[in-house]
Amino acid sequence: MEDMSQYPLELTGADVPMVRFMNVTKRYGALTVLDDLSLDVAEGEMVTIIGPSGSGKTTVLRMLMTLETINGGVIYVDGKPLTHMPKNGVLVPADAKYLRRARSSIGMCFQHFNLFPHMTALQNCMEGPVQVLGLSKREARERSEELLEMVGMIDKKDQHPSRLSGGQQQRVAIARALAMRPKVMLFDEVTSALDPEVIGEVTNVIRRLVSEHNLTMLMVTHQMGFARDISDRICFFYGGKIEEQGPPDDLFGNPRRDRTKQFLSAVKEAD
Amino acid sequence: MSYPEFLAEYGGRYIDGALITAAQFILAAALAIVMALIMGLLKLSSNPIAKGVAVVYIEFFRGTSLLVQLFWLFYVLPLFGLTFDKFTTGFVAVGLNLGAYGAELVRGAIQSVPKGQWEASYALSMSPAAQMRRIILPQAFVAMLPPWGNLIIELLKGTALVALIAVSDLMFEARQINGSTYLSAQAFGTALIIYYIFARFLITPFMRWLERVMARRLGRG
Amino acid sequence: MQWSWEFTYEIMPRMLWATLNTLMAAGIGYAIAVVLGLVLALAQRTPYRGLTLVVREVVEFIRSTPLVLQIFFVYYVGPQYGLNLSPWVAGMIAIGLHYASYLSEVYRGGIESVAKGQWEACTALNMTPMKTYFRVIIPQALPPSVAGMGNYLVGIVKDTPMLSVIGVAELMHAANAIGGQNYRYLEPYTIVGVVFLMISLPSAGLIRAFEAWVRRKLGMR
Repeated sequence: MEDMSQYPLELTGADVPMVRFMNVTKRYGALTVLDDLSLDVAEGEMVTIIGPSGSGKTTVLRMLMTLETINGGVIYVDGKPLTHMPKNGVLVPADAKYLRRARSSIGMCFQHFNLFPHMTALQNCMEGPVQVLGLSKREARERSEELLEMVGMIDKKDQHPSRLSGGQQQRVAIARALAMRPKVMLFDEVTSALDPEVIGEVTNVIRRLVSEHNLTMLMVTHQMGFARDISDRICFFYGGKIEEQGPPDDLFGNPRRDRTKQFLSAVKEAD
Repeated sequence: MSYPEFLAEYGGRYIDGALITAAQFILAAALAIVMALIMGLLKLSSNPIAKGVAVVYIEFFRGTSLLVQLFWLFYVLPLFGLTFDKFTTGFVAVGLNLGAYGAELVRGAIQSVPKGQWEASYALSMSPAAQMRRIILPQAFVAMLPPWGNLIIELLKGTALVALIAVSDLMFEARQINGSTYLSAQAFGTALIIYYIFARFLITPFMRWLERVMARRLGRG
Repeated sequence: MQWSWEFTYEIMPRMLWATLNTLMAAGIGYAIAVVLGLVLALAQRTPYRGLTLVVREVVEFIRSTPLVLQIFFVYYVGPQYGLNLSPWVAGMIAIGLHYASYLSEVYRGGIESVAKGQWEACTALNMTPMKTYFRVIIPQALPPSVAGMGNYLVGIVKDTPMLSVIGVAELMHAANAIGGQNYRYLEPYTIVGVVFLMISLPSAGLIRAFEAWVRRKLGMR
């Protein structure tokens, strides 16, 4: 059993990070996917996670969205524990009710969009605001149309996902996530399932988000050029650990670790 | 009367009834399998008459209720001079009825075998009969075993209706015992449990075993 | 034995009335099954392992034992403990429960066919489990369930003759009574068969059309 008293009930001080992974471990049976991970993401920061498949990079996002439970450590969001809740002065694993409240500041976009096929683009965007946040239909519609406008999908707002291309679906999915007004946005390989010619329309939306909004973002991607352009920091994952991290120009231009160099040159060759 | 006393008193009759049910089940299943194979193949035939026979058989027996068919065979056929004893009438009705459902499974399974298998066996100059027997049917058989597992359970349940034409099967005994003791929970409950044991601990494990054996034979185990 | 049209005309009004009862019995039974089946399906998806296992076993039990025996059980066991159920009430409970167990399997299959990403999207939108089921999962589980639900609707119609054993005045009951009074079974039993055939023959096409309509209505494909 882990000694939970080492973890504060709340993060305090001048520079509380928006997201903090503290000694987080994730195992599937005997396989350790993430090993004692510690990672801070500051408010408004854009952090991109790269690494070979199986390095645990997607798991980082899925744990933060509470789609995966963790086997050790604590994740904090905005100073408050996410995976745990305080009880009698120590942290215990969060129950469903606490999790629901805690994760409300996080939004996520998926590799396969996961739009609701029985709802139009607009209905997809309105679903969360109406059903979860309790907004009126009118407010939710205004908010959703504004966001669909931003992602360039307002013309298609009454189409069902089956009538949209992959790039269009992903843009709607971004609008849907933003409609919940999250403080942290997670992008999990959002361009991996797209045809090459439509990748740009999705990355452009994300570029705009980075430049115009002060969102905290975590992204997993294979688009190295895109990651280099827009990220404040790159984390290179290898074998469930952060092998190397730093500003994009440093990490891409002057990688220090051998594994980073190998990975980057292998990726470059594949391009 | 406690339940152990009830069982001591009437257990023998439940065993007799269960044996009749088992006999009805086996005979009806054999008939259903034969009918399903013949009619399933006929339905795929390009000969319109053969196909028509299969369609009429399948639609008729699936479309009218088993109980109706059973009573028709039992009460109406003798009026045309065709008399079978009730035991035969029972399993024939159940077998013909479930055979119609089975025929659709046979047809579906044969159609699910990829077209390339026909073409490959054709390319080896096999006769159509040999293609069907050596190449297509073995693969179709594996594909249709899981739905046949459900159908065979339906067939077991169907045999309970033969009690209504006075075949002294498990359900018949349960009704008789209920009529003389008024211990309905025990009388019908015991029969329900015996049917459940048949279905869950004899038939289902057997079908699973058959699925495994057949899959292994096809090298998919 | 000759078919008598005169006798057919004579008994037709009574048979048609009984047909209405048959349709009503099937309708009520199905309504119970649709709702209860959903409860049984969702109960098997709760995180409480004990509940899941018990419900699973109950569903298996109901599915693998004969409906006609269950009808007897429900009808006769009540009075043994001082609870008298009318034939209609007992029949509706038995047939509704039986088909609820079938439909729960249909729903389960439908729910399992919904992509895992849909659940994850609901988590990402912070939806409650209730909203997740009723707004996202169940609407998508519907189209793949429609065929199974339709088949069981036809199935329940064809199983209503079993209700005659406890005296529910549906078609089979009327046919038995007419046959017994007039010593003529040919016409009444044949009419019963024809009525069921007229219901079940167009059903396959109707179910397919309805499934396509549901998909269109939900904007899926």
